[in-house]
Amino acid sequence: MKTIAFFSFIFVASILNSQEADLNLKKLPSVDLRDLKGKKMNTSTMGFTGPVVISFWATWCSPCKKELNTIHEVYSDWKEETGITLVAVSIDDEKTKNAVSTYVNGKAWEFEVLLDPNGDFKRAMGVNNVPHTFLIDKDGNIVYSHNNYAPGDEEKLFEEIKKLGAK
Amino acid sequence: MPKTIFLFFLLCLSFATFSQDYTNGGTFTGNIESTFQYLNNDSIIAANQPAQKGLINSYMNVFYTNKNFKAGMRIESYLPRIQGYPNRFDGTGIGMRYIGYTNKLVDITLGSFYEQFGAGLSLRAYEDRALGYDNLLDGIRLIVNPYSGVRLKGVYGYQRLSFQQGRIIHGEGIVRGVDAEINFKEAFDSLLSDDWDFGLGASFVSKFQADNDNELILPQNVGAYGGRFNARYKKINLNGEYILKEQDPSNDNSKIYNFGHAAIFNLSYSKKGFGVLLSGKSVDNMSYRSDRTKDLQDVFINFLPALNKTHTYNLVATLYPYATQPLGEVAYQAEVLYSFKKGTLVGGKYGTTVNFNFSTTYRPTQRTSGINPLDSTGVTYRTRPFEMSDSLYWRDININVTKKFNKKLSFIFSYFNINVNNDVAKISNDASGIIKAHIGVVEGSYKINKKHAIRAELQGLLVERKNGQTNDKGDWATILVEYTVSPHWSFGFMNQYNYGHPNPNLRVHYPIITFGYVKEATRFMIYYGRQRAGLFCVGGVCRFVPASNGLTLSFTQSF
Repeated sequence: MKTIAFFSFIFVASILNSQEADLNLKKLPSVDLRDLKGKKMNTSTMGFTGPVVISFWATWCSPCKKELNTIHEVYSDWKEETGITLVAVSIDDEKTKNAVSTYVNGKAWEFEVLLDPNGDFKRAMGVNNVPHTFLIDKDGNIVYSHNNYAPGDEEKLFEEIKKLGAK
Repeated sequence: MPKTIFLFFLLCLSFATFSQDYTNGGTFTGNIESTFQYLNNDSIIAANQPAQKGLINSYMNVFYTNKNFKAGMRIESYLPRIQGYPNRFDGTGIGMRYIGYTNKLVDITLGSFYEQFGAGLSLRAYEDRALGYDNLLDGIRLIVNPYSGVRLKGVYGYQRLSFQQGRIIHGEGIVRGVDAEINFKEAFDSLLSDDWDFGLGASFVSKFQADNDNELILPQNVGAYGGRFNARYKKINLNGEYILKEQDPSNDNSKIYNFGHAAIFNLSYSKKGFGVLLSGKSVDNMSYRSDRTKDLQDVFINFLPALNKTHTYNLVATLYPYATQPLGEVAYQAEVLYSFKKGTLVGGKYGTTVNFNFSTTYRPTQRTSGINPLDSTGVTYRTRPFEMSDSLYWRDININVTKKFNKKLSFIFSYFNINVNNDVAKISNDASGIIKAHIGVVEGSYKINKKHAIRAELQGLLVERKNGQTNDKGDWATILVEYTVSPHWSFGFMNQYNYGHPNPNLRVHYPIITFGYVKEATRFMIYYGRQRAGLFCVGGVCRFVPASNGLTLSFTQSF
């Protein structure tokens, strides 16, 4: 047990060390997910030309819906200004998964929507709870993330997106 | 032996990290969560201070990928577990670990893994940390993609049952399964136009558990198998799955030798501003565990989704939830969402959304005429899929209207009418028969300026009287106020008041204050106050949480 603890310590220490070395160079994990049309998409090669926002949400999560509905209202402006694509990853499981397209289309969202019914991508991204939003630059590096949602958080996110454009 | 493997694995990882070339080296992701409680005695709500006074749950996940190589682990710690968490968690140690290799053709994992075949009616291994639910498989998984649109999976392993003295305890039975699926659109690119999508899948799962019964001859290998399909034409989607389970006498089904089945279908249509969904489900004798003597949420191999909306408002979500009855039920659900366009009379300047949901569940018909339950077959009734009796288990009719009045002010109005059969789906010790509840909620949000916002909820719950007597704990009211300063701060106050309790001494207030600080992927939360006893549910899986009074601190970090 002591040996395990020791190696675990080294292991964790080395992670912290590697994070310090370069915070930004973290790539997206590779998980196969399907969109609402049944099309398969690998998360590591989503193939969008510009930066991407990945937002984890669920039909039963009120702050998630509030965040995405708020962004929905300004999404066309954001797209035009920064070339951003928003990918809304639903973590609804089989109980509520089929209600995702009802909600998304009923709300006329224009986001890309992916389904993660067994939480594979959620786990790989280290998401504790939803909503959790990540900003990915055009090279696939995770450059910003935010847990939770309070009104106004979308403006901070937009500032971060604009910073990418200025690079 | 396992120790040596861990050491080797950890060494590899440490080495990989130290020697990592940062431009093309591997990637670490993961998260940490820790929850601490300090609880007081509070006799009026029957909350007790644990002998240790302080309780703490923690875990950390680390996932590493580097080109084709992957590895990961979770360290868990319960010193001791927080209140209401399953009682078989203690100590500190490794609760999950795997190594694997992936390329375009294969994806192989050794160690712990999570998996779902189709809708999960035959096999679903998953975790929900908040619930303490984790039925991961420990063994080997192979996924093969031989041809575009075709995927084959094979799994072999023991399930995680509990975590004691810092070690995973496995269920007694071994689980094996194969699954195949084909997506015709991906497999035959030219065959289908963009209007169409069509896929088929089939799965076979089997468990082995030795027969240790002195009286009965129990099947040692029990299979569950079936197929599924999904079809889309333009905006219409239809999918379904049917699974048959072989004879599996268990504690759940009082050791009957009936076959079991689970069937589910979903039909949906949606276009811009409108969506509708119809679902149906039939379940009979479908409790499928890798240990036939277990109960509650232990070592389920399959997953039977409850066909009802997952509610979020406190009173409706935690007082009267519903979970699938694995022994049998027939359920239907309808959901409609409509957005009135901006600029119309109802839509106003910002649009208005109306959401209607109906779900109902009945006991299946079980015919016993001509069957002698004591004969040697052990078959005690006959039933057919979707054949239902008039015995109600559950009904939920709810509607909500979301209306934004101007740039700053928006409201959500909701009404829920819930009927739940407490004799079957036991959710309260104080109620009998069918509990009929009406719940109304008004939620308002006001954005004060760019960063400051305030949100309030008023909730009322009325329980219909039964034979002139108050049923369950009677009526409740809840008020919640939350003030947020983006992007870091939140302050909240909530009070639940059980003003309609039949015993005037138990008409108790449950006030709680919350404080939160979030910076990017780091979150601190502080809660102080009373929490009432109730069912805590995630996605239709519930656990009972006893009443408590005290302080809770929680910390989460993603990386």
